[in-house]
Amino acid sequence: MLAKRIIPCLDVDDGRVKKGINFVNLRDIGDPVEIAAMYQEQGADELVFLDITATNEQRKTMADVIERVSSQVFMPLTVGGGIRSIEDMQTMLRAGADKVSLNSAAVNNPALIQQGAEKFGSQCIVVAIDTWWNEETEQYDVMVKGGREDTGLNAIQWAKVVQKLGAGELLITSMDADGTKNGFDIALYQAMDEVVDVPLIASGGVGKVEDFSEVFQETNVDAGLAASVFHFRELTVDQVKAHLREQKVVVR
Amino acid sequence: MIAVIDYDTGNVKNVMKALTYVGLESILTDDADEILSADGVILPGVGSFGPAMDELNKRDLVPVLQEVVQRKIPLLGICLGMQLLFETGYEFGQHQGLGFLPGKIVEIPAKEGLKVPEMGWNQNEVLQPASRFAGVDGKFTYFVHSFYADCPQEIVVAGVQYSTFIPSVVSQGSVVGMQFHPEKSTDAGLDLLKAYKGMVEEYVDTRN
Repeated sequence: MLAKRIIPCLDVDDGRVKKGINFVNLRDIGDPVEIAAMYQEQGADELVFLDITATNEQRKTMADVIERVSSQVFMPLTVGGGIRSIEDMQTMLRAGADKVSLNSAAVNNPALIQQGAEKFGSQCIVVAIDTWWNEETEQYDVMVKGGREDTGLNAIQWAKVVQKLGAGELLITSMDADGTKNGFDIALYQAMDEVVDVPLIASGGVGKVEDFSEVFQETNVDAGLAASVFHFRELTVDQVKAHLREQKVVVR
Repeated sequence: MIAVIDYDTGNVKNVMKALTYVGLESILTDDADEILSADGVILPGVGSFGPAMDELNKRDLVPVLQEVVQRKIPLLGICLGMQLLFETGYEFGQHQGLGFLPGKIVEIPAKEGLKVPEMGWNQNEVLQPASRFAGVDGKFTYFVHSFYADCPQEIVVAGVQYSTFIPSVVSQGSVVGMQFHPEKSTDAGLDLLKAYKGMVEEYVDTRN
């Protein structure tokens, strides 16, 4: 049986791991290689690197970060943020990433998913979907630009479309839960379970170890992702896993 | 020096980085002389069986790899590279493999609640406790695959439970295959690469 995966997310700006609230007032957390190695030591199963500025100059800096991390840290690495072309994907995969994650670019140009899957294989292509529950239309809407713009697209339908185009994994962030520390958006992942056949990563809302056991017991997601609770050492990956083992959830 | 076979199949640099980390120098090459003078040979691979065999044929690498096995140079196949070591592959049609190991490569059977590809960490169970790779017993390693080796149990060092029993480490003589990615499996994977390094050192001793 596959183990449920615990994935710390590292927000990277100018070659450093940073953390702010809604990407403002960034605090420097440290060197990506050191932090990635620390997470490996704690038992993380995978790492996601998010380029939070994602300008063209920054992309080269990000590739250097991935090159350095992949020489010291031996687990799957995913890079997201500002990946807009096959060339961007190639740059990150050559640098040592195992997967690339597409978010706004996939919405603007869905063909990019298919082109990436054909060239590199579906296992390399993660589609990230930021979503929130729209009370008026009573559906989950897809958000872009870091959650600042509502596209009006139905996130459940969009999840189906991106799978057809060749996405090998979905990283779904609840903008309602993100930053609240009140736990994952269980209803969202239950709705996604119905339509998603590829591995699914839940993201947004983690505040305590029980949030992970809840999402794994109440939904079929394969992995849980968190950033701040790990960066600010409110939780360690080993604490999360010790709790999950007690709850009879299979972890590595 | 380890020769990592260059046949244009996805990202092999991470394999080379992990080799460096465990103290094995490597070069990426499709040159027959470099391959045959190496202390060990690694056949990596991500992609699909048929096109990968076509690429090996295009570069005349099949007879070179046969010679590697003949000379007992430790040959390690990883992921698709492991699958190519078998006789036949059934991914998008039927394709002839390298045939160094008995068995065929077939699709992972569907089962309610289990996704294909198998993507993630699965726990190894060792069937051959005397093997140099037996340290993987009980450890989780990282898999990404839709096909698996249907092969005689004699060559299966370890396997994992999924919708069926999936051989994860296979070995016969100087030929070894790993279905998972040792270069992505943290300590468990690095320990297996160190075990392979032991094979390489023994081969170098016998050659000298």
